Amino acid sequence: MNSPALLINNLTKVYSNGHKALHGINLEIPHGDFFALLGPNGAGKSTTIGIITSLIKKTEGDIQIYGIDIDKNFVEAKTYIGLVPQEINFNTFEPINEILTNQAGYYGVTRDEAIPESEKLLKKLGLWDKRFHFSRKLSGGMQRRLMVARALIHKPKLLILDEPTAGADVEVRRLMWDYLKFLNENGTTIILTTHYLEEAENLCKNIAIIDDGKILRNSSMRNFLNELKSENLILYTENPLKNDFSVEGLDINIIDENTCEVSISVDSSINFLIEELSKKGVKVKSLKNKTSRLEELFIRMVDKNGK
Amino acid sequence: MENNFSLQIIAYNTIVRKEVLRFSRIWKQTLIPPVITNILYFIIFGNLIGERIGQINSFTYTDFIFPGLLLMSVITHSYTNTVSSLYISKYHRYIEELLVSPIQNYTILAGFITGGVIRGLAVGVVVILAAQFFVNFTVHSILLMLIVILLSSTLFSMCGFLNGLFANDWDDINVIPTFIMTPLTYLGGIFFSISMLPEVWQDIALVNPILYLINALRYSMLGITDVSIIFAFFIILIFNIFIFALCMYFLSIGKGLRT
Repeated sequence: MNSPALLINNLTKVYSNGHKALHGINLEIPHGDFFALLGPNGAGKSTTIGIITSLIKKTEGDIQIYGIDIDKNFVEAKTYIGLVPQEINFNTFEPINEILTNQAGYYGVTRDEAIPESEKLLKKLGLWDKRFHFSRKLSGGMQRRLMVARALIHKPKLLILDEPTAGADVEVRRLMWDYLKFLNENGTTIILTTHYLEEAENLCKNIAIIDDGKILRNSSMRNFLNELKSENLILYTENPLKNDFSVEGLDINIIDENTCEVSISVDSSINFLIEELSKKGVKVKSLKNKTSRLEELFIRMVDKNGK
Repeated sequence: MENNFSLQIIAYNTIVRKEVLRFSRIWKQTLIPPVITNILYFIIFGNLIGERIGQINSFTYTDFIFPGLLLMSVITHSYTNTVSSLYISKYHRYIEELLVSPIQNYTILAGFITGGVIRGLAVGVVVILAAQFFVNFTVHSILLMLIVILLSSTLFSMCGFLNGLFANDWDDINVIPTFIMTPLTYLGGIFFSISMLPEVWQDIALVNPILYLINALRYSMLGITDVSIIFAFFIILIFNIFIFALCMYFLSIGKGLRT
């Protein structure tokens, strides 16, 4: 597969109220990628997805899906895309199995072909028992899973997920992660926007950060995370810490008598930190990252952009 | 090209199936009310008032008003089906299922129109069945009758679609039926022949497009009309083409659907 899954060239969007949501962005996402498109609220993520899926009309620029220009051959280009939108948007008076077979029909898949595929997806996503229920009877987590099933019913090569786990509990989120990994390993290109940066850090191979309608950064997740010079750890100690407790060479902030926050260089080893504290008579019971590494970088980058 | 054609056919069938299931599931709201309304018309206007009016063009008053009542039921339900289906899908945002898919605009339009036409025809059939108890049901030309009902139903399905595109809230889907369609239908000669009106009002009535639909159907059923039947068909066709072009134009610019 030579053509990239998605190629965006100089994409610009100016809304009718004059707001410029996208300032000529460029993006190339190869086939098989698991790509994170991150940005704060109002950065332009949903506008970009809206334009790719033709819910929003672009002002300028070109988009190609697997080498097919969406302006020149939108029928073929759109057969490659599956979309999981941010908001639940089912016909609430339609049974679940009908939602899937209808969606398949919109992509030219006959009911005879769609019924076994729908069974496969519903079983995989734990919704088979609910297939005759109306979607409004489902819990929030089930509705999220149904959105994924609906997006996959026509076997798209490019799956776009706009905050797919928003509001979902931990169990549903883990199930979705496993399933998305499985899809990606089996050749589906995935574009993910999410506010759970841990999700993006765990799943995605490449990343773009968008803010104010501009791409601030586009690189591999590994290279991006390597930019982190220091990280903040939360330490829980066995013995109480005094308010003026300090160690030379370490930036320590006392939170309470058994908890402190330590900022250390990513090059330093944890052993060094524990040894230094031990010398001062402090025994560390446990420790954790204050935030995910991606979150740390994301906040810095967006802050730098004037937020 | 062939793939696109079969895709559009499957998509069209899917929309039609979905539309038919939608109004069939709620048959108590969609198929029963027009029967009750028409029975009331037959009893009140036909029997109670009609007996005092006497005959019009050698038909009883009930027989005379039946084509107009039938047409009113068909066009009202064709219109309502399309406008409500489109607006609800916009309101709950599941119209996006169609918009993100590879369906062409003409397929979307054809699917919604067919749904409206099928509901209009279903209502027409139940009204005709109910009328058997009150009306001396006659058909002058079955072919003509079917063509008039089909074209009228198509026209009002498209009008409903247009209304659905522009509707931003629930009030918007009631404004046109209440303030435009109903007055035009009542003034379009359901209950009277325009020859019964003063000359000035006859001229004014001729501007009303629904007059031509009612007279075309009355001609196909009773063989009588107030206007030239050729001209009536011309008007019906022109309106169909004009409203179809409007629907396609507004779909192409994404009016009410795409940002």
